[in-house]
Order: sequence, then C-alpha cells, then structure tokens
Amino acid sequence: MAFNNTQTLKDHFHETQIFNQRVFIAALIMIFLLILLLSRLVYLQITNQQHYSTLSENNRVSIRPIAPTRGLIFDRNGILLAQNLPSFTLEIVPEHVHDLSKTLDILQQLISISDEDLNEFNKNLRKKRRFEGIQLRSRLSDEEVARISVQENQLPGVIIKAQLSRHYPQGSLASHAVGYVSRINETELKKLNASNYSATTHIGKVGIEHNYEHLLHGQVGFQHVETNAQGRVLRVLDRTLPVSGKNLYLNMDSKVQAIAEKSLAENNGALVAIDPRNGAVLAMASMPVYDPNLFVHGISSKNYNALSTSPERPLFNRALRGQYPPGSTIKPLMGLAGLELKELQTHDEINCPGWYMLKNDERRYRDWKKEGHKHTNLDKAITESCDVFFYDLALTLGIDNISSYLGQFGLGQQTGIDLSGELSGLNPSREWKRRTRNLPWFPGETLITGIGQGFMLTTPLQLATATAAISTMGQRFTPRMIYGIQDQQYKPIVETQSLPLPPVPINEEKNWQHVIKAMRNVVHSLHGTARGIKHNLKYTIAGKTGTAQVFGIAQDAEYKKEEIAKKLQDHALFIGYAPIENPQIAVALIVENGGSGGSVAAPIVRKVMDQYLLNLSEEKTAAVNKINSVSNITGAPAQ
Amino acid sequence: MNWQSGASSSGFQEENRISTGRRLLYRFHIDLPLWIGIMLLSAMGMVVLYSAGDQSVELLNRQFVRLFIAFIIMIAVAQISPATLKHWAPWMFGIGLLMLVAVLAFGEVGKGAQRWLNLGIFRFQPSELMKIAVPIMTAWYLAEAPLPPRRMRIIIASIIVIAPTLLIAKQPDLGTALLIASSGIFVLLLAGLGWRLIFSVFVLMAASAPVFWNYLLHDYQRQRIITLFNPESDPLGAGYHIIQSTIAIGSGGLYGKGWLNGTQSHLDFLPERSTDFVFAVFSEEFGFLGTLLLLAIYIAVISRGIVIAVNAQDTFSRLLAGSLTLTFFVYVFVNIGMVSGILPVVGLPLPLISYGGTSMVTIMAAFGILMSIQTHRKLVSA
Repeated sequence: MAFNNTQTLKDHFHETQIFNQRVFIAALIMIFLLILLLSRLVYLQITNQQHYSTLSENNRVSIRPIAPTRGLIFDRNGILLAQNLPSFTLEIVPEHVHDLSKTLDILQQLISISDEDLNEFNKNLRKKRRFEGIQLRSRLSDEEVARISVQENQLPGVIIKAQLSRHYPQGSLASHAVGYVSRINETELKKLNASNYSATTHIGKVGIEHNYEHLLHGQVGFQHVETNAQGRVLRVLDRTLPVSGKNLYLNMDSKVQAIAEKSLAENNGALVAIDPRNGAVLAMASMPVYDPNLFVHGISSKNYNALSTSPERPLFNRALRGQYPPGSTIKPLMGLAGLELKELQTHDEINCPGWYMLKNDERRYRDWKKEGHKHTNLDKAITESCDVFFYDLALTLGIDNISSYLGQFGLGQQTGIDLSGELSGLNPSREWKRRTRNLPWFPGETLITGIGQGFMLTTPLQLATATAAISTMGQRFTPRMIYGIQDQQYKPIVETQSLPLPPVPINEEKNWQHVIKAMRNVVHSLHGTARGIKHNLKYTIAGKTGTAQVFGIAQDAEYKKEEIAKKLQDHALFIGYAPIENPQIAVALIVENGGSGGSVAAPIVRKVMDQYLLNLSEEKTAAVNKINSVSNITGAPAQ
Repeated sequence: MNWQSGASSSGFQEENRISTGRRLLYRFHIDLPLWIGIMLLSAMGMVVLYSAGDQSVELLNRQFVRLFIAFIIMIAVAQISPATLKHWAPWMFGIGLLMLVAVLAFGEVGKGAQRWLNLGIFRFQPSELMKIAVPIMTAWYLAEAPLPPRRMRIIIASIIVIAPTLLIAKQPDLGTALLIASSGIFVLLLAGLGWRLIFSVFVLMAASAPVFWNYLLHDYQRQRIITLFNPESDPLGAGYHIIQSTIAIGSGGLYGKGWLNGTQSHLDFLPERSTDFVFAVFSEEFGFLGTLLLLAIYIAVISRGIVIAVNAQDTFSRLLAGSLTLTFFVYVFVNIGMVSGILPVVGLPLPLISYGGTSMVTIMAAFGILMSIQTHRKLVSA
C-alpha cells in the first residue's frame, strides 16, 4: 500500500510538473500572439491612422456634379431662339413599389408606354440599384403629367422628374445658323474637359450652339454628399453652385430671317444679309430647313435617314458651304477692276453682236441676249448685264489681274465668320490651275471667268461680304453672327467688337461711284435687269442680277426652259444693298434652279430689305418693349 | 511564472479566510473573478451591439435573452461535478459523432454549409456540442493512464480528435473544425506529448500543406486565404470584408470616433458588423484605448482560466480546464486576427461580444465547466 501510495503520489507530482511546464509554454505563446495582435492594432490605429481616416472619409463622401444651365440664344431684338424648358421624365424607384406589375398596368392605362420603353426599363431594372430611379418614359406632355399626378397616391415609387432640356421655340427658323444640341458622343467625350462636362449630357453640334459651346455651356457645380455603401445619398454636406452658361444675342433679325425663309420656301437656296457698316449678319437662310428640336432628345433613325438622305439636303448649310458660280453678279467687281486698274474708261464702248470670238478660235462665246446689246459701255453692260462686254474686258485684264483684284474682296477665301464648316469657294488663277490640274491657263477660260462662270465658285456668304465691300467703297469686316454676350439675365449685354479687314485700296473714288450708279440702274432704270422690283420702292437699291449655268448648253442650241428638268435649270442670283446713300443692308441670294435672277431672286431680296429697312424702327421698339415687359431684360441691342 | 505563484498563494488565502459571501457563491458553484470578467465582456458586447445594430432595441433584446439563457446554462453546467462529466464523456462524444454523421446525411443547409440538424422543436448544431465533447473525451481518455501518454493512447486520442474534425470540415465549417481540432490538440499537448512527436507532426503538416491546399479546401476557403495576403486583388469580392474592416479599425485612431459615430459601420461599408466583424465596429468607435481595455478583460478571463487549470485537483480537470481556456484564447485571437487582417476570414465570432446564439451557449457552457472544476475542489487539508 505504501509503495502504491508513493507511486501514485510520485506520478501525481510528475504529471503536475509536466502540466505546469506545458501551461507555461502555452502562456508564452499566447503572450507572443497577443503582442503580434497589439502591434497590428498599433500599426492600424496609431501609425496609419491618417491613411485609414482618409480612406474612410473617401468611402463616405462622394462628389456629385451638378450640370450648369445652358445659356440662352436671342436674336438682335431679344426674341428667343434657343431656351431651356423643363421636360418631364417618368421614373420608378423599385424599392418603393409594392407591386411592380400592377403599377405598370395602371401607368399603361394613363399614358402610352411603348414596348421599346418597357424593354429599356426592364433592362435597367436589373442593372440599377433598388433605390435608384429608373426611367420608364421621357418627354411627358403636360396632360400626361397631370393624369399621373392625379393618381399619385395609387402609385408609390413613381416619380416625375423635371429636367431642363433644350428647346428651339422658333422651330426650324434659322436652324442652320442657330444649330442644335444633341447627346455627347464618344469622339466628343475624348476632347472635352471631363470634369466640366461631368453632369452634362448634351453638347452643341452645329451652328452657334457648336461654335459658342464654350460660352453657352457654363461651369459645372458640385455637391459633396454622404453616401452609404450602396451609394444612396444620405445628406448633402457642401454645395458649389454651377455657373450658368452665357446668354448670346445674335446679330440676326428673326423677322428678316423669317421673311427670307418664307420667300425662299418654294425653292432650295440661300440668302445672307449683312450690315455693311460692321459685318453683322442680319439673316442667314439656307433652304430647306429642318426642325432642330428633333435632335435634342435623340432623333429616331427614321427621321434622321429622311433628313440625311433627302436629295434636297436639308442639313446642308448652303449659306456657308454651298459653292455656286456667281454668274453675272461678278460683273460689278469686274467693271471696278477694269476702271481701277486703268484698263477701261467709263466711256469705252464695244459693239455687242450677241456673241464673242477669240482670234484663232472657232468657238462662239454667246451673250444671254441672242440679238446682242449693240453699242455698250460699262454702265449699260452692268445695267443690262451684257456678257460680250465682259468677255472683252476679261481678256483685256487677263486672269492674273482678275484673280488678284477679286481676291481683295475675299473671293476664294473663307470669310472667317464665327460659324464653323465654312467653305472657301474658288477664285481661279493661272497658279491655281497649274498646281491642282498641272495644266496651262487658256484664254477662253479668262473669258468665262469674266461673267462668273467656269471654274469660279463663291458661297452666298462671300457674295454678301463682297457686296457689302462695294457699298462701303472698300471697307471690309469679318461677318459676325454674335451681337453681344450677357453673363446672366438682367446683366448688361456686352457687345462684341466688329472685326475690320484690310480694305480694298481705292485708286479713284469716282470709279466706285460709277459702278454703284450702274448697279443702281439695274433696279431703278428702264432697262435694268431687276427693274421689276422698283415699283413702290421707298429707298434706293444698288444691285446686280445673275444667272448661273448649271450645265453647259451645246453650241447654237436653243435654251428652252420648259424642256429642261427643274434640276438642270439655271441658278438665279441677286446681290444688292440699300439704301445707296447710307448702306445698311447688303444681301446675296441664290435660288437653286430658280431660273432668272431678275424675276425670281431680286423680288425676294426686296422683301428682305423692305422688312429690315421699313419695319426696322417700329418693329424693334415693339420687340424691345415686349421683352422688357416679359423678362425685364435691360440693355437690348442698340441699332 | 508570476501568475502561477500568485495564484497558488491566493488559493491558500482563499481557504484560510473564506468569507460568507464566497461560501455562498461556492455553494452555487460560481467563480467570482470569472463571473465578473464574463459580465464585463457581455456588457461591452451589448454596448457595441447597440451601435452595430443601428440602435435596434429589438436586436439588443434578443441578445439579452440569449445571454440570459446562456448564463443559466453556465450555472447549470457549473453544478455538474467534474467526476460526473468524466462519467458522461464517452456518451456525449458518441452521440455527438452520430449527430455529425446525421447532419451530413440529412442536415439543413444554411449559408452554403450543412450544419443544422432539425430536431422538430428546434434546430441544433451538433458541432457546437462537439466543441465541449471533444476536449472532455480526450481529457478523460488521456487521464485514464499515467502521463505522459504512451504511443497507443496518443494514436487513439488523435482519432478521437480527427474524426469529428473531418466531419465538421466536410460540412464545410472551417472555423469550428479548427476550434475542435485545437481543443483536442491542446489536451494532448498539455498531457505532455513528446516534443519529438510534436516537431515531427509539425513538419509532416508543413509537408502535406500542398495536398491540403489542392484537395481538401473548398474554392471559397482557398480564396479567403489568397485574399488575406492580398486583399486589393479582389476589392469588391472576397477582399472587401478585410479592406473595409481594416479601414474601420485604422480610422478609429487612438480615441475612436465615439460611440454610435462609426461611419464605416453606420453607412453599411462594414459587412457582418454585428456578428463576426463586430470587433471592427468596437475599434472604430472606441479607438486603440478601448481596444486595449477589451483585450485586458479577455486576458484577465484567460488568466483566471489558467489559474483554475493549475489549481485543479486531478489530471482530467486540469487537462479539460487548460484546453477550454486555450480554445477560448484561440477564439479571441483568430477573430481579432481576421478582422484586423492578419489571419484569413474563417467565420468565428468574437466570444461574448458578437451577436448570435449557438456559439455563445457553448462558450458559456465551457465557462460553467471551468467554474465547476474550481468550485468542486475538495478542500485539501494542509
């Protein structure tokens, strides 16, 4: 027993020893692991506290951009051309909807929802988070908004969101000049200042909307919001308001523009009216027009195809990009070149038999008047538009003189107007022909250049600026669309400066007066080609008709208008300015396939001038009063 | 060493001047230091859960009811003498093992793992029972023969540990399997397993790691380990938990953001914030100083467990108390380690703080056993 007891006790003592030793080791290991934990906590909470605080703050606070309101566009009288209207979008927040299919049923009874809308909705339903609004319909009408509002209590989770979208209240008026905005596309996205456009969905695509995007857009605003992990905004911490885009006032007079478009409505064509004293573009019409509102909400492919594939090319801005032979409208400049370069005297006469022949050449260069103008001096040649006189003059001047003199009026060069996409036309020269075609210049080509045919091409805008330069005796200005810029409503309009161009040098002033007198006779004399518009005319017009051949007529062939398809008829042109004593408006007009300049083009120009010159004072006061009473805009444009 | 001598000296003082209060506590088999530690931790748990649960009184109520039940179970378990436990050991273990097999056969699936056994009235997790049964069984088996155990005993004891571990790992529940394996291994280690054997098993485990990696781990478990070492590799997937919890802890700084002011937790960035990741909420709101206090209480509870183990009167009680205490440490270390990003996410709650029922009952039952061991001692006559 004693032995056994000793044995047990010894075992017991031994076992306790082993156990205590093991517990001691375990304690050491635990202390080591605790130190490891503590150093990790020191690393996180003490050493890197700053870093993790920043991360936690970034988690919590996110920055949401607020889109600025786009600047408005007015005409020179304060008539709105582009504005921002609330547009209503129907959205559904899934987490607030009890029964989605029932809600959709009710909505479908109230408003029309297309299958396309529904598909898009269902697609977004899976993508977006439950507290985010998902668009079901855009552009609700006022009536639809009202119908939904009445049922609102039955439709939890259905919200109507108002946002500003661009609207062109004048519809298609001046659509090419004003342009339009549309959704930003991939290419534009790459070029944009990403932060300033972070909340913007639309951007100016063409026209003023495009060229003055930097002024119209404004500066983006931001709000710092606290969000949870799902991105739901819990509260707004801080806000930097966006700065609205600047308002733009155009030089355009929308009444004049409307008259121009209305008178041209039957035909395709373009009209540009400029104030010769400063280059202000008073009207810029290109027909046919289109409705820019179609583009704002994303044009349907059907509508877009209709616009882009139409043979009438409504999207094409003919005023800037249409290049037409100037025809006889070039004759005043040709006459001026002859006089100023002393290759022609005012009393020089030729005999016009109705055709002209070069030496050693069989070809007959015909006059538009088959029987000829007989004895013709410069005055008569412009008034009655004698071709033979100018064949002879062109030959005397030579192509080098012609192209360099016409170049001084800006032909063959871009005018530098504040709209992009302008084409430069073509002022042909010996050098140009060698460079582009590697061919020598032939004398016959000089002849037809003298009547604005052949290689020569001008845009309506170039013709208008050249006409303005005649009226001011050589003073030239870069044509400007913009009259003034306004920071915000109620702030004064800051007028933009006119941009003078190098004037056409004057050799003898009486040469200019002689040509101007001849242009006056085009309208005011018995034999003038535009004498048809002088009836009841309350001011004086200096003008020139033109008829540009679209296709060549064979030698000796009779020109029969009825037999030629409309598309192949000549373009009718007219340039002119008024009043002669105190020029205020210079106009160039081309009516595609219009036929005769005198009977088709000139009456339209007169209507435009009538509108501008006769209704000018009363209309303007009325418009300014109207605007003042509506929105209290001060500092409406002065004349 | 200090605590060892201190504990034994206090043990003698205890017996010398036993107050009436303590006599009363001993009558109900309650160990006061352990009781205080557990109460403190539970109270801190309620405070942080109020914040983590977005001030939900309902959540707090449920946790309170659970705590209450768990305390009753703890006291109930404390009434059972170690001798009785020893007596029950084979039965508990046998039934637990059968139920684990049953779980794999007809268990219910929850959160991608098959852990629950529906017993009609309530759902039961047999793996929780095994957390207690495995150390009791191992301690009983090893205490039957003189220590250190001989080879045959070691082999059979290893089977006792490995069988339930594999069954639980198959559910799959890596965290619990880890806990059960370590509770059994702790018994073996404390029983005086030879150092040479420990070393060779260690080498063998290291060598078999690739096999383990390739064949025994589930994809999601592998992913957790991969993301542990590089959370940024998958910031929105598996790495999200770790990234957000380290942000929460780090942004707490020295003093914390203040109670109810944790942005990471209140703005939903922190996942599982009232259960496994509650430590991140605590650290964010109470900072490094608060965390130190929490760790100090845990250390106090663990120290008391060690003291109980060292003071225990028989080998079975010693081994069991030591194993349960060390397992409790593993709980704390693994949870804080995973939340602070130095261990893989294995899904273990922070004991006595995390919201949740089953594991809390098990932990409290283990404390009940510790109290039983401490209070069922026969007063040794000097």
